[in-house]
Amino acid sequence: MAQHESTYVPKSATARWWDERLPLMRLLHDSFVDYPTPRNLNYLWTFGGILSFCLVAQILTGIVLAMHYQPSAAEAFNSVEHIRRNVNYGWMIRNFHAVGASMFFIAVYIHIFRGLYYGSYKAPREILWILGVLIFLVMMATAFMGYALPWGQMSFWGVTVITNLFSSLDGIFPGLGTAIVEWLWGGYAVTGTTLNRFFSLHYLLPFVIAGLVVLHVWALHVAGQNNPTGLDIKTKSDAVPMHPYATSKDLLWMFIFLIMFAWFVFFLPDYLGHADNYIEANPLVTPPHIVPEWYFLPFYAILRAIPDKLGGVIAMFAAIAILVFIPWLDTSRVRSTKYRPIYKWFFWLFAFSCLALGYLGSKPAEGVYVFWARIFTFYYFAHFLLVMPIVGILETPKKLPRSITDAVLGGKGDGSGGAAKPKGAAAAPESR
Amino acid sequence: MKTLMSNTLRAAGMLAAVLATSAVMTGPGNAAGGEPIHIEREDWSFGGFFGHFDRPQLRRGFQVYKDVCAACHGLSRVYFRNLAEPGGPMFDEASVQALAKDWPNQITDGPNDEGNMFQRPAKLSDPIHGPYKNEQEARFVNNGAYPPDLSNIIKARTIENHDAWYAHVFKMGRDILTGYQEAGADYVHALLVGYTDPPSGFELSEGMHYNKAFPGHQIAMNPPIPPEGAVEYQENAGAKSSLEQNARDVTAFLAWASDPSLESRKRIGWQVMLYLLVTTVLLYIAKHRIWARVKKR
Repeated sequence: MAQHESTYVPKSATARWWDERLPLMRLLHDSFVDYPTPRNLNYLWTFGGILSFCLVAQILTGIVLAMHYQPSAAEAFNSVEHIRRNVNYGWMIRNFHAVGASMFFIAVYIHIFRGLYYGSYKAPREILWILGVLIFLVMMATAFMGYALPWGQMSFWGVTVITNLFSSLDGIFPGLGTAIVEWLWGGYAVTGTTLNRFFSLHYLLPFVIAGLVVLHVWALHVAGQNNPTGLDIKTKSDAVPMHPYATSKDLLWMFIFLIMFAWFVFFLPDYLGHADNYIEANPLVTPPHIVPEWYFLPFYAILRAIPDKLGGVIAMFAAIAILVFIPWLDTSRVRSTKYRPIYKWFFWLFAFSCLALGYLGSKPAEGVYVFWARIFTFYYFAHFLLVMPIVGILETPKKLPRSITDAVLGGKGDGSGGAAKPKGAAAAPESR
Repeated sequence: MKTLMSNTLRAAGMLAAVLATSAVMTGPGNAAGGEPIHIEREDWSFGGFFGHFDRPQLRRGFQVYKDVCAACHGLSRVYFRNLAEPGGPMFDEASVQALAKDWPNQITDGPNDEGNMFQRPAKLSDPIHGPYKNEQEARFVNNGAYPPDLSNIIKARTIENHDAWYAHVFKMGRDILTGYQEAGADYVHALLVGYTDPPSGFELSEGMHYNKAFPGHQIAMNPPIPPEGAVEYQENAGAKSSLEQNARDVTAFLAWASDPSLESRKRIGWQVMLYLLVTTVLLYIAKHRIWARVKKR
C-alpha cells in the first residue's frame, strides 16, 4: 500500500521548493490524504484516530497540569486541590486529564478487540500488532504512575501494593526482588522520592508512546489496513482514498466518542475514580479495600487468582506478554472471525471472560470470587494456548467473498465456484 | 470426520459459554462478609444534569457548620472569600469580612520584625481553620479520635455496592445515564441522622456511639445535632430547624465546599454537549453525502 504511486502535486513555487528539499507535504499527502483504504471499513476502524486524539489530549492537558502541580509528598495533594479550586478552569483541565485516562483505555480495549475479532494480527501485520502490544504496555505503566500523582490514599496504597509485587522475584533469585523494589521506591518505603521519579517518568513515557505510535502507523501503512472481510485490496474498486472517505467516518465517530467523553468530564467526573483518593495519602492508615483503576481490574483478578505470589505476578505479566505471540498461535487460514463459525463462539467467550475478570478484580479476593477468577483466568490463557491453535486447524471456514467489492455490493459469487475455497481467496496468511 | 469434529467443537464452545453465564449468575450476593448497610438515595437540588445549589440552603448549612461542626472540624481548603463567590452561598462581602475577623481560630502569621510568629484575625484571603493546631492536638483533646477536615468530605465518602453482579451492571448503566454523583452526600446525610440506640446484644465500646450508617456502627463522634435541631434559623431562612433539616442543609453546604465549581461545571457541560451534538449531526450528514458517491461504484 505504501508503495502506491505518489499523487502529490505541489501547488505553488514555495511548495515545489520545499518538496525538492524536504518532501514532508508529500509524505503527509500520500499517508493521510490519498492513502488507499478498504472501502468496507466499519466504525470499529475509527478507533485508531480516536486513540491518536486521546494521546494528544492527554499530553496537552498534562502539560498544563504540570505547570500547577508539585511533585512532593508534602505538596502533591494540596497542589491538586489548588488546581481544582483556585486555578482558572483548573477543574476542567484536571477532569479532562483524569477522565481522559479512562477514555483512552475504553478506546484501546475496543481497538484491541477489533483487531482480535478481524484477525488484524495475522500476516503480514505481525510487527504492527506487536508494536500495538508495546504501546498498550507503556500506556499501562504511564497510567499507573499518573494515578500515583494526586497522592491520595488510593494513589499511595495502589503504588505500595503493585510495587511490592516485584519483591516476589526473590523467589527466583534471592535479593533480586528486594533490589528492584528498593530501586523503584528510591528507598525502603513508598515516599516522596517515589512520587518524584513517578512524576518524571509519567512526563516522559507519553512521548515514548508517541514514538511507538509513529512506528505503529508506519507499519500499518506498509501492510495496509485490514478490513471486516480480512481480504486484501486487490483491485482499485476495493479501496477509496483516505480523505475524504475514511476521514469523514473518523471525524464523525470521534465526535460521538467526545460526547461520551464530555458526559463524564462534566457530569460524572468522579464516577471512574475512587472516593478514597480525596483523602490525602497516609502511610499509617490502610483503606479497607485497595482496588486499582477499572482498566487494570482484569489483570488484577488474574494476579490474585493464582495462590502463589510469584506465580500471580508471572501470570499477570504473561497475560499481556502472550498477546505478542498470537500471530503464530492462531493457525486459522482466514483472518476475519466473521467467516469462522466455531471460533466465533470462543471469541465471545473470551470477551465475556475479560469482563468477568474485570468484575471479579473489583471484588475482595475471597470465597467464591476466587473460584470464578481461577476459572476465567484458566480460560484467558486457554483461549490463546489451546483454542487458537486447535480450532484454527479443525474448523472449516465459511465461504469468503471473492473481493472486498463483492462483499460490499453483495457480489453474486455463489455457484461460480471461484471463491468456494477460502484457500483460493484469502491468500496472505498462507503465503507467508 | 472434520465436520464431526467441527460440530463437537462448536457444541463445546456454546456449552462453555452458557455454563459460564449461568454459573456467574448464581454467584454470591455478598461474599465480602458483614451485613451490607443500606443508605437511602436522597433528592438533592445539586444532583442530576441540571443540578444547582439552593442558595438559602447553603447559607443555612454554613450556619450549621459554624455553630456545630466548627467546634471540632476545620474547613481549611475553603477560603473566606469563597463564601462570597458566585456558585456558593454568596454572602455579601462585607459580612464575610466581618465573619473572618471574628472567626475564633486565628491565623498564625509571621515572622514579625522581631522574628516571632504571631496570631492575627483572619481575612478574606485566609482559609477557614478548625480549632486544632495539628492532628496530635485534635486526638489528644478528643480521646484519641481525629475529627477530619471537612473540605473534601463529600467527595471522600461513598456508598459501598453490595449488589449481585447482574444488579451491579444494571445500576452502573442507570447511574451513568442519570449522572448520579451524590453518593457522598447521601452517606453524610445518613450518618448525621443515623444515631440510634444499639440493637440488643450489640457490644458498644467505651465512649463510642451507635450509628446505623457508619461502617462497623461504632463512631467516636457525639451525636452532633439533637432531634429538635442544633441551631436556630432566622425567620427568612426558608426552613424550620430540625435534625433532618440541619443535616440536609449542612450536607448541601459541604457538597459545595467539596465541589465549588459544580454549577459552572454543569452549565459549561451543557454548552459543550450542545456544540458536540450539533457538530455530530453535521458530520453525519457530511459523511453520508461523501459516501453517496462511492456506494454504487
